[in-house]
Amino acid sequence: MSKEDRKGLNRRSLLKHAAAVGAFPLVNISRSWAAEETIGNYPAGVQGDSVFIGLTCPLTGAYSAEGGDLQKGYELAISHLNSGGGLVPKISTLSGKGVLGKKIEYKFADTQTQPGPAVQAASNFITNNKAIMISGCSSSATAIALEKVAQRYRVLNMVGASGANETTGKDCQRYAFRSQPSAYMAAKALAPVLAKELGTKRKAVYLVPDYAYGHSVFDSTSKFTEALGWKTVGQQLCPVGTADYSSHLLNIANSGADVFVNVAFGNDSVASTKQAKQFGVLDKMKMIVPNLSSFQGKEVGPEIMQGVYGTLDFWWTLAETNPIAKIFVDTFEAKYKYKPRWTAHIAYTQLMVWADAVERAKTFNPISVIKALEAEHKLQMPLGEVYYRACDHQQVRAVPVVVGKKPSEVRNPDDIYKVVGLTPGPEVVPPCDSVGCKLPSY
Amino acid sequence: MNWSLLWAQLFNGLTLGALLVLVAMGLTIIFGALGVINFAHGAFYMIGAYAGYVGYNQTHSFIVAVTAGSVALLLVGVVIERGLIRYYYRRPHEDQILVTFGMGIVLVEAVRAWFGGISQRLPVPTWGTGAVNLGFLYYPTYRIEVLGIVAATLIVLYVVLYRTRLGLIVRAGIEDQLMVNILGINVTRTFLVVFGLGSMAAGFAGVINAPIVTVVPDMGTLVLVQSFVVVVIGGVGSFWGALVGGLIAGEIISLTAMVQPAYSEVMLFAAMALVLILRPQGLFGVQGR
Repeated sequence: MSKEDRKGLNRRSLLKHAAAVGAFPLVNISRSWAAEETIGNYPAGVQGDSVFIGLTCPLTGAYSAEGGDLQKGYELAISHLNSGGGLVPKISTLSGKGVLGKKIEYKFADTQTQPGPAVQAASNFITNNKAIMISGCSSSATAIALEKVAQRYRVLNMVGASGANETTGKDCQRYAFRSQPSAYMAAKALAPVLAKELGTKRKAVYLVPDYAYGHSVFDSTSKFTEALGWKTVGQQLCPVGTADYSSHLLNIANSGADVFVNVAFGNDSVASTKQAKQFGVLDKMKMIVPNLSSFQGKEVGPEIMQGVYGTLDFWWTLAETNPIAKIFVDTFEAKYKYKPRWTAHIAYTQLMVWADAVERAKTFNPISVIKALEAEHKLQMPLGEVYYRACDHQQVRAVPVVVGKKPSEVRNPDDIYKVVGLTPGPEVVPPCDSVGCKLPSY
Repeated sequence: MNWSLLWAQLFNGLTLGALLVLVAMGLTIIFGALGVINFAHGAFYMIGAYAGYVGYNQTHSFIVAVTAGSVALLLVGVVIERGLIRYYYRRPHEDQILVTFGMGIVLVEAVRAWFGGISQRLPVPTWGTGAVNLGFLYYPTYRIEVLGIVAATLIVLYVVLYRTRLGLIVRAGIEDQLMVNILGINVTRTFLVVFGLGSMAAGFAGVINAPIVTVVPDMGTLVLVQSFVVVVIGGVGSFWGALVGGLIAGEIISLTAMVQPAYSEVMLFAAMALVLILRPQGLFGVQGR
């Protein structure tokens, strides 16, 4: 080899290496910038002066009454976030001029109380409308399906109404956050009240809708009541949307139980309760409803619901003791002329909590917002102090335990229940390592 | 073996079946005589319940409610027949299915838009409250009365079909529509009456069943599906087919619920599949339908 080549090799290769070393950080920066660039619909969905939220509600089907209430809660929240009012002045991070200065646009789609149409609608919102967040649903089957959609597309999902344990259990997702008490939490809050009011030597028979939520409530409620000393005599499974419960009720009447646990939800709860009365089941047995449907009390009537113990996500009489609850109830009632039910409460508070997290994260970037939610930041909401748990994305919040009022105590058509307990969240959430939740990656 | 439960479920199957008989009767007559597959039948059932609810709210009389439900459906049936169905008599079945299915959706959504999705209450009439002790079973009085009402209605229907001139024309039309036409009988008017009566049967069933179930816009969906199953099992266009098919369907649902409640509706479809395999024309049907 000539002397020139060796020298040239040295200089050239030095220059080459220097260029490579110099360029490398640049390449790295643009690659990581590209990775941060597209998470779901971020930042594509936040380019303009508005952001889009996709909302799916059951406007038809067995849970359509809940769906209508849910829809109104969302609309109220968005109007407050965009123009102020309601709880917005009470949450320091919210400005009342949109979220991070951007107006919130939204659309509703009907889930028909089924997961299929919900998933289709949500996917549509994500791909066509560039939704930066999706919310809604009134059944756990739909909720679990939508959680998977959120995780797959990497778009945040503030879960609507869902009571099954699996939603923040084995089906938990990094991109989803659930506020309603799980079946475990509801049962744990209800059990001590049942022990005190109904005693410890009871035999319970269950009417269970045959899907995730029904099985969840059955498992949790029977577990906690058996711990009190009750005996679970059996369960009658029924499909969602059953109109005639006569065959199930005959089995129940013949079961030898003295407590009838009605897990049916939505319209099914109304039908089954009315028919239980007709078949004399309610005269022979006490009824408890671990998770009362939004309009069950009003549709069935106080004559039948009196003395029935149960839990709900929220009940409007909490406005009499909690000023934040009063603001929510009053603004809702002013706009819609009836007392909000808990589905509206979930819709409203989920949006408030999300907006607060976005403002604290100072960005719509889903990963930052998720981390802001997981930071367990405490907010004052109609139920008191609430915060999200990092381990399973379950909201830690109080659980109202109620009993049906006697017809003579009822003050107006919405005044069906009396709150007999408000069990604090930390007392009823399951231990993190027992829920079976393994959150996937960001 | 819990004998009293068995008797209870057998008896319950009768009342479940009675309702299906009434709805299927309307469906099978329309299908048999007019050759029209009416997928709006469930919506008719639902409108009957709502008409009854409105009638009851105005007058607090159950009789008025029942009359309102039936008359409303007679009118709805006549209007729909004149305005829509009669253009589809010669069209293939798929077109009829599509247009009646669409009609059904329109009716359900119109009711939902007007009344909302929350369920309404049509209370049990005062002569139907409470329960009767039948010995083996403590059963709601009203359901037993429904059984009686349906039985009476079926007798009236039987008399109309088998003892009147109109019934003769309808049955002849079910057997051979062309011949009836050639014989110079005003088939158009007969069709109108048949469709009206079939719809009225559905509306009547809707209002008498309303105190038992909840009155919601979607209440007709399951009933529609089950009554089609009954028509298939019993045979199209057959009075006895609808009667026997409906009772069998009710018993299947009830007895399966005794053993494994989650499968009660599935068993009904299994029975339909069995009938289609072994005797495709249905138990009482005529081959070729």
